[in-house]
Amino acid sequence: MTRNPGTDLRLDWFDGIRINTPAAERRAATLPARRSLKKDHQAAWLLNAIRCIDLTTLAGDDTPDRVARLCAKARQPVAPDLLAALGVTGLTTGAVCVYPTMVAAAKRALGNSGVPVASVATGFPAGLMPLDLRLAEIRYAVDQGADEIDIVITRAHVLRADWTALYDELRAMREASGAAKMKAILATGDLKSLENVAKASHVAMQAGADWIKTSTGKEGVNATLPVSLVMCRAIRDYRARTGHAVGFKPAGGLRTAKDALNWQVLMAEELGRDWLAPDLFRIGASSLLGDIERQISHHVTGRYAGAHRQAIA
Amino acid sequence: MSSVSEIMETMEYGASVEDSSAVRDWLKRHGAFGHFIGGAFTRPGRTFATRDPSTGEALAEVTQGTADDIAQAVKAARKAQRGWAKLSGSERARHLYALARHVQKRERFLSVLESLDNGKPIRESRDIDIPLVVRHFYHHAGWAELRDNAFPGHAPLGVCGQVIPWNFPLLMLAWKIAPALAAGNTVVLKPAEYTPLTALAFAEICQQVGLPAGVVNIVTGDGETGAALVGAEVDKIAFTGSTEVGRAIAGRLAGTGRGLTLELGGKSPFVVMEDADLDAAVEGVVDSIWFNQGQVCCAGSRILVAEAVAARFEALLGARMARLRVGPPLDKSTDIGAIVDPVQKDRIISICAAATDAGAELVGGQPGQGCFIAPGYLKNIAPANPGMEQEIFGPIATLSTFRTADEAAELANNTRYGLAASVWSESATVATDLAARIKAGVVWINSANLFDAAAPFGGWRESGFGREGGRAGMLDYLAPPEVKPAREPAPKPVTAAPDGGAGQAGGIDRTAKLYIGGAQKRPDGGASYAVPGGLAPLGNRKDIRNAVEAAAKAGKWAAMGGHARAQVLYYIAENLSARAADFAALTGKPEIEAAIARAFHYAAWADKFDGANVQAKPGHLVNVIPEPWGILGIACPNAQPLAGFMSLVMPAIAMGNRVVAIPAQDNPLALADLYQVFDTSDLPGGVVNIVTGARKDLAPVLAAHDEVAAMWHVGPPDSLAAVERAACGNLKPVWSPAHRDWTSAAAQGEDFLRHAVQMKTVWLPYGALPAGTGSLAY
Repeated sequence: MTRNPGTDLRLDWFDGIRINTPAAERRAATLPARRSLKKDHQAAWLLNAIRCIDLTTLAGDDTPDRVARLCAKARQPVAPDLLAALGVTGLTTGAVCVYPTMVAAAKRALGNSGVPVASVATGFPAGLMPLDLRLAEIRYAVDQGADEIDIVITRAHVLRADWTALYDELRAMREASGAAKMKAILATGDLKSLENVAKASHVAMQAGADWIKTSTGKEGVNATLPVSLVMCRAIRDYRARTGHAVGFKPAGGLRTAKDALNWQVLMAEELGRDWLAPDLFRIGASSLLGDIERQISHHVTGRYAGAHRQAIA
Repeated sequence: MSSVSEIMETMEYGASVEDSSAVRDWLKRHGAFGHFIGGAFTRPGRTFATRDPSTGEALAEVTQGTADDIAQAVKAARKAQRGWAKLSGSERARHLYALARHVQKRERFLSVLESLDNGKPIRESRDIDIPLVVRHFYHHAGWAELRDNAFPGHAPLGVCGQVIPWNFPLLMLAWKIAPALAAGNTVVLKPAEYTPLTALAFAEICQQVGLPAGVVNIVTGDGETGAALVGAEVDKIAFTGSTEVGRAIAGRLAGTGRGLTLELGGKSPFVVMEDADLDAAVEGVVDSIWFNQGQVCCAGSRILVAEAVAARFEALLGARMARLRVGPPLDKSTDIGAIVDPVQKDRIISICAAATDAGAELVGGQPGQGCFIAPGYLKNIAPANPGMEQEIFGPIATLSTFRTADEAAELANNTRYGLAASVWSESATVATDLAARIKAGVVWINSANLFDAAAPFGGWRESGFGREGGRAGMLDYLAPPEVKPAREPAPKPVTAAPDGGAGQAGGIDRTAKLYIGGAQKRPDGGASYAVPGGLAPLGNRKDIRNAVEAAAKAGKWAAMGGHARAQVLYYIAENLSARAADFAALTGKPEIEAAIARAFHYAAWADKFDGANVQAKPGHLVNVIPEPWGILGIACPNAQPLAGFMSLVMPAIAMGNRVVAIPAQDNPLALADLYQVFDTSDLPGGVVNIVTGARKDLAPVLAAHDEVAAMWHVGPPDSLAAVERAACGNLKPVWSPAHRDWTSAAAQGEDFLRHAVQMKTVWLPYGALPAGTGSLAY
């Protein structure tokens, strides 16, 4: 996949943006009701969601062994007998996502599985560290072997509409990421208004983000469908202007198999088939996988699943 | 079926079909349906099939209602009405509550039945139609409970005949039956021939909840059955359907004294300003003309978009249209289902063909097999193109551009209809201004096709009159407190006295003139007629034309606002008072005193007859705004010339209307003094125009005038009938208050104001922040 090289800062691409919040809410509320997935189609879409999960642990008590267990789940997210029953092979999650100091452990645990390691960086989750330290953190994570860097933006730049500062910061981060792909976390729960979300999305894409991501998982409100809708429309508009396809990653707030379907319907309806693959769509989640696996188990066996019979992450 | 791994490549949705077995069992059990009369189903008579339009499959046989069936049903309704009206509000409320609960319990069944019979996507019947039905019965259970508090002195009308369309079968039933029952009426309802099944299922629910026999009667059949109901001995007809049929009904009821409300067609504007959220507006189009296959009377079918954003809007619209799924109604992933019947499909195709023949370009809109038509829109379309003028009633919008807000309003109003409008702008200043300018009964700001039982719905202009929902809707099923009628003296024959004939008034020759546009005008025919005290000008149709033209130019009167209008009315009262002795000599003391009282009374009301902010949905500011009709024609009683005239004209102008009045035929000379008072009271020219002459000649001309928006008539039934027939042309409502003692207290009050305005319901969804971020809205 070709990366998004970004552009110069183009304020005119989003200056006049207007977002009617109730209308966005209404679209988001009706979207899941407009599409329904049953039986094999539902199973396929759920497995596809797994393909797109950034299986995540971002806790203060993470240890290398805990990360190794997460990686084992990423390599084998669904019990082999269930997958065999569905005729699906080679299913892994999209990536694992950890703190920079856990990258090495994750790389070791994932070995040659092909599952990429994403590392948060830049003073995650608040991002309120001096810029040079944030950039150094990116370089450290890359040096540890991270394939993808999930950076956080300075929310103050958005709230103060200081788009130049935001753009410059993101450009520097993109530069520091080097060959690692960059996901820009907008922390939409802090930005609050949908117009802020849209503008921040545009700046992040212009600065060369490979994915734009809703949340750290630590804000009061994390990924929601209305916020995701707005970000998807920004991706659509950026692509129309530049030809570059930027990915989307909702994170935090997706917990159920139904959520996984809803977000995929959003991607399909607003952006199209290409955004149902891990190069352009990731889901930042930890508990979501367990619920999907339960649904898959039920689909295959006809029995409702017990959590203790599934391998935990 | 593809394997899971194959689906993971294509990522297609696959079929997801709602289970219809329970409905099919129910249909099989019934086979053929009779009518529901007096609490029981009749034996099926001569039947016809009702079909699933998506497959053509016959679902059931229903009975073609005869005039005799209608008579039986009206009889049953009449028999039940007294007892139903005698129940306490609480008791009626419990029945309506039970209906709401039972519909709610059978939501899924009714949704599936509706989609099968009508062809609409199950998502719509399940998420929109049936929940609104439930909401409507709950809301009106409340009105039943509160009727006597909220509408003191009001009484039910009696038996209501109701004829409903096929586009929202059960929802339209609820809109008709719930308020009628809440008010204490009983009903005979005829569902549309294409879609009778949910009404019959509702009849079963009436049985199940123990609704008293005869309160609800349902007679199935086609237009002939409907015509029989319109001709039956009912107290009111409520009709929702085409403007053409509505006009025929209005003509048929002319002079009968029966109540009538009409909810008719539309060609509603959908205005996209350059500061709109264009994605939101595109989604609004999806919720408008691509909702229910475009078979929505209030659909925003005329898209008007600011030139500055037209290209981008169309690109977004095209991309969104391409993602709509046309498919089986019961598939839960279907956006656009089946057109209700092949006849309708052919009609849509033929209007599109006429539109393209006339030079428009159709994008999308291809007919499919069976009753399916893909969504589309007509572009490069001129205002006079048939696709622009006619209601297509299919999933085809028109797309044209405007330059500025004033042009947007002008184009929006360039239609004979006035049902609804959508306005898209992120500026509250701009959006509310457009909402005020657009002539329509419902305006949705940054939204489309929102409905609620508390929010009155209904049209202006040829989209009909009367409201459904809320307080305004209840008033259309209630009769105001009765007034003591008086006998109006029959007008004496008018004999033209040629010009030059002298009228003697106190020794001075007195020949009055017409009062048009704030000036005294000689009548077009140049003739006068003898009246007590002198000669009155003999107006003719051209004088009516001139008066309406003058009134049309006085539009500023409405824009002045209630406070400024009140000052003029107070000034009239003051000046009348100063000349009270002169008037008393002409008309007697009671009349001039009543005239002064009217001016004072309605001056007081001018800035107080307020609308309401109704509790429809959280996060939605819904204002019900009383607006003047515009030009109101008034045929005054032929007695008490001053008191009668002032009792009618003052409330009309207080609310901002301009009036063309035909005063008392036999004795109008006092008005020549009255217009002098108007002149000295700063009443702007053209607000009140007076044309004297033969009422039987003038009133029908005024009633037929397409520029006149509403008509008031006091007079005998034959005169009223002529006026009501003439009014059918542009479907103006005619109000005919009984002749009474116009000097009495019964000649003044809110009933006059209510008829001087038409309601506009304006929806404004608000919310600075999305859900979960502290916004109250969601």
